[in-house]
Amino acid sequence: MNKTLIALLAALALAACSTTPKQEGGAPVDERNPAATAPGAATSGAGQGSVAGTPSQARPGNPLKDPGSILSKRSVYFDFDAYAIKDDYKSLLEAHGKYLQANRGAHLTVEGNTDERGSREYNIALGQRRADAAKRMMMLYGASEAQIDTVSFGKEKPKNPGHDESAWAENRRDDLAYRGD
Amino acid sequence: MTRLVIRILLAFCCAAAFGAHAQLTIEIIGGGATTIPIAIVPFAGESNYPLGVSGIVGADLSRSGLFRLVDPGGVVPRPARAEDVRYGDWTGRGADAVVVGSMTALPDGRAEVRFTLLDAVKQAQLASFSYVVPPAQFRATAHRIADVIYEKLTGDVGVFSTRIAYVAKQGARYELLVADADGYNPQSIVTSREPLLSPEWSPDGTRIAYVSMENRKPVVYVQSLTTGARQLVANFRGSNSAPSWSPDGSKLAVTLSKDGSSQIYLIGADGGSAQRLSTSSGIDTEATFAPDGRSILFTSDRGGSPQIYRLSLSSGAIERMTYDGNYNVSPRFLPDGKGFVFVRRDGGRLNIALQDFATRQVQILTQGSLDESPSVAPNGKLILYASEVGGRGILAAVSSDGRVKQRLTATASDVREPAWGPLQK
Repeated sequence: MNKTLIALLAALALAACSTTPKQEGGAPVDERNPAATAPGAATSGAGQGSVAGTPSQARPGNPLKDPGSILSKRSVYFDFDAYAIKDDYKSLLEAHGKYLQANRGAHLTVEGNTDERGSREYNIALGQRRADAAKRMMMLYGASEAQIDTVSFGKEKPKNPGHDESAWAENRRDDLAYRGD
Repeated sequence: MTRLVIRILLAFCCAAAFGAHAQLTIEIIGGGATTIPIAIVPFAGESNYPLGVSGIVGADLSRSGLFRLVDPGGVVPRPARAEDVRYGDWTGRGADAVVVGSMTALPDGRAEVRFTLLDAVKQAQLASFSYVVPPAQFRATAHRIADVIYEKLTGDVGVFSTRIAYVAKQGARYELLVADADGYNPQSIVTSREPLLSPEWSPDGTRIAYVSMENRKPVVYVQSLTTGARQLVANFRGSNSAPSWSPDGSKLAVTLSKDGSSQIYLIGADGGSAQRLSTSSGIDTEATFAPDGRSILFTSDRGGSPQIYRLSLSSGAIERMTYDGNYNVSPRFLPDGKGFVFVRRDGGRLNIALQDFATRQVQILTQGSLDESPSVAPNGKLILYASEVGGRGILAAVSSDGRVKQRLTATASDVREPAWGPLQK
């Protein structure tokens, strides 16, 4: 459990800018556990959607848009040259896998990215591998193959244009994009 | 080694015609072990034209790093024909070879361009040609003359008449360009707000295959340089990338992820169904055809780290080619099929290397920190690649013996993804 908490904190820290300042701190983290175990449950989404000061884009009943839900976290980060899903992100992918299982009409594209080092084409393949790794894990938790597309941008679309390790760490990433996002 | 620095500014006279495009400027850093001293006498009558042919010939030759220009100033009168040349004038100045020529206006607006190449030491004529061309072809004619001189004096085919393709990025705008091998005459092939990469010339030089992300995923297109029409060649589920032409121009090897991991497939140059060539559970990509079409080199992580492998297309046999280091990628065959260039990572540095098939010997050719995307000139003597200086993408070239180095920079944009086109037929 402790490990899950740390993982969730890490995910929260890394998922840039979707959290409003008022929600910073540990409070929302606890509330995300129900979302992870009961995907698609409208109750938790609705409850958190009403948190004071939450931007109106959090539509009640849509946990994908609820900043308090783990389902609003859409990025998975990787080690250098690696495409193994780190323990930190397993609960996130579990939540999305279960959401897709509970919402068969939902469709997701996983976009793989790499840091700037190395061959452009090899990085496209590496980013693809990262996207495929996330897809496989979501399928373990109930998502169907047809619900998830995977593509890679390689190193072509860096989120952070810097040339140091902190930029590279941010760019070694899968983004989860739901259709209609 | 003496450090020969010759700066050739190519920007003037092009600003008006090609102002919108990224004009490349070529700088030579380091020359060959031995350079051939050559005197190129300004052509008689060329001062009547805004573009001097002899100056372009000299720029081509010195850029190759294999020639040293001997100043022809002070020889009066200037010879324009072989019979006017007094060899002692030139051997006395240290020139081993002399080029003389003329440009004569014709009534229809064209000009007759004549040149003669002489061996000053042996006092013998090596070549003499004449061309009747309109002014729009003066540059091309100069490159053809430089090709003749290069071939006569080095024994190798000249590549001054060839073209290169590259991608320029300016802000969020990507542009695929084709230019003469000296960086002149850049023509925009396609522009996009999304990344463009991996241009590859068809063997006949009429088409370019490339990868575009305009549909929020990598997709392979083939575009005609004659009509500008483009065709979607590979747009399967997942990523589509790394096109490489078969030597007969009928097919492309591409990397597709449609069946679960990035694997190499063969597809018609105008699309159609894809035939799988490689079978691993990991990454197989960056295929490149051998000049004889009987095998491909590719990058695979099947051994735990990305390394270069060779696949025989007849037997299906696969042989690992690289062993040193844990990151060897982006193979490209030399045109004689005797070796290949690739990118090696050593420590944090990425450099261009060359490996010989017979000896398996590896030579590291470059010293940058982020050198990538090598492309070999059709004569096998120069390797064009992408590098970085001060955070900006540049193109650079290195001779296959590592001695001659050139740097090609564009004024206002990042340039990358160079591809050297084939010899003009």
